[in-house]
Amino acid sequence: MITLLEARGIGKRFGGLTALSDVSLTIRKGEIYGLIGPNGAGKTTFFNVLTGAYTAEQGEIVFNGTELPAGKPHLVVEAGIARTFQNIRLFREMTALENVMAGHHIRSRANPFAILLQTKHAKEEERLITERAFELLRYVGIERFADTVSKNLSYGDQRRLEIARALATEPQLLALDEPAAGMNATETGKLRELVQTIRHDGVTVLLIEHDVKLVMGLCDRLAVLDFGKKIAEDVPAMVQKNDAVISAYLGGGTHKAGAAA
Amino acid sequence: MNQLALAIPWLGKRNPAAARWVVIALALAAPLIAVLFGKTWVRILDFAMLYVMLAIGLNLVVGFAGLLDLGYIAFYAVGAYTFAFLASPHFDIHLPFWLVLPAGAGFAALAGIILGLPTLRLRGDYLAIVTLGFGEIVRIFLNNLNHPINITNGPQGINMVDPLVLFGWDISQGLQIGESFKINSLFLYYYVFLAFVVLSIILVQRLQISRIGRAWAAIRDDELAAKAIGINTRNMKLLAFSLGATFGGVSGGLFAAFQGFVSPESFSLMESIAVLTMIVFGGMGNLAGVIVGALALTALPEILRYVAVPVQQALFDRVILDPEVLRMLLLSLAMIFMMLLRPSGLIPAYSRYSRPELVVGKESSGEAAK
Repeated sequence: MITLLEARGIGKRFGGLTALSDVSLTIRKGEIYGLIGPNGAGKTTFFNVLTGAYTAEQGEIVFNGTELPAGKPHLVVEAGIARTFQNIRLFREMTALENVMAGHHIRSRANPFAILLQTKHAKEEERLITERAFELLRYVGIERFADTVSKNLSYGDQRRLEIARALATEPQLLALDEPAAGMNATETGKLRELVQTIRHDGVTVLLIEHDVKLVMGLCDRLAVLDFGKKIAEDVPAMVQKNDAVISAYLGGGTHKAGAAA
Repeated sequence: MNQLALAIPWLGKRNPAAARWVVIALALAAPLIAVLFGKTWVRILDFAMLYVMLAIGLNLVVGFAGLLDLGYIAFYAVGAYTFAFLASPHFDIHLPFWLVLPAGAGFAALAGIILGLPTLRLRGDYLAIVTLGFGEIVRIFLNNLNHPINITNGPQGINMVDPLVLFGWDISQGLQIGESFKINSLFLYYYVFLAFVVLSIILVQRLQISRIGRAWAAIRDDELAAKAIGINTRNMKLLAFSLGATFGGVSGGLFAAFQGFVSPESFSLMESIAVLTMIVFGGMGNLAGVIVGALALTALPEILRYVAVPVQQALFDRVILDPEVLRMLLLSLAMIFMMLLRPSGLIPAYSRYSRPELVVGKESSGEAAK
């Protein structure tokens, strides 16, 4: 299998707190890769470093053979990594369709002059973006809400819309930050199907999740973080048996209580 | 054309075609109606058109991109002074307006970028304070740059600015038709300004429904998420500042030519606030609302000025409240009631950043969901 993303020795500190220390992991093309760990283990921090929201003090991330620029989110997206947020962050005043169309920004080229003059190319691009956005809404199953202002969508549909918006950037790696948070069993089930479809259509998925059951059933491989360190990386069945993982989740061992999920 | 029809909220939805014609007829006939009340009203209408342009430009920055700018009048000043420098006896340069106006727009855009660069990381109140300072700095410069070298002529301002000359025809002279009939220049200015306003509306509408308009709205709604979908927020903010400033610059140039005179006192903080009030009053982010807001808030104080004194004299035989005092009082009251009753402005924004109808077969679904 081809390596899509390789993180090497990532370290990140916030003042005196070490959020990540020497985290290395490898994501292969076409897999669903899970990143789990107890609260405060550094999952979201890793996510933010990966997507350029934070700059890591140590280490580097190689994506598709080239090093990712640090601290430049829009270049990371351009390189082919898209993300969603743990607490949904949609463009509230825009319709579902417009949210997805905004996601096409990086893959469209019309400059201000072309837009002001409405050149043939600009018009054609606008039409294509609209068409693509409708397709993506259909893909995640919320096409009927295309004209609804996104803040009025239901919680589950907002999650789907956020995924559609991320897909609009035409990513090779889709990074989902706790997509199942706050969802009921039915919604989680649908989400699982969606993630599998996305992977089936050739997009590698990185999944941060609290819902261990979802992760175990969905992911091809897993990494477990605890106190900013990677304590395991393997297929789900092996991770479940890992002593360090069990003690991290259930307490005891070398760690103090409070780390339990 | 559709964008104009939108300006009528009730008819606009039921019968867009009729609404469109009403808007066009009103826009064309406005000065003829105004002149029935006296020539001053045509002049007020001319100023209203300039304010509409300013409001459209500021709305681009505040309403679309969400960057609160309290120093917007500075760009108006840059445009006006550029015109005054390049087309007046002050430096004895008399360039034609089709050179001077773009130059003013260009300098204003540059000023927009100069303001934008250091304020990229600021939002909300912090940005407002810095832009407010910027506006004041520009005004104070204009006020004081008459010494040691006289550039701006200080508080006296610059006189005898060249009027608009279209193809060798000085429109400030009016248009003589036959022997007896003469169209006053105020009317001609109105139609020139109207043309500029219509052009501005078309251009802004095009920007709004484009990848750039969506990027601005994205930054306004959630900057972090905008970055996360690959929008280069720095460039897009600078673009908003500079394009918004361009409208201010053009409007300022027209103001200088129309007025024939520029001085720093036309560009005070109160003017910035007035333009911002127009946007808030009309409906921020919504082009039609912004236009209505600008027209209403230019006309209301003037109506008051002409009504307040006679009414008070008739009722009390003397003037108790000075119209100027009354103006601020009523404006504040209007704003308070607006905030209570219609917090999102006269015409609340239902701004579109897309045209679903571009895709065949989507017309019906678009209307049904509304």
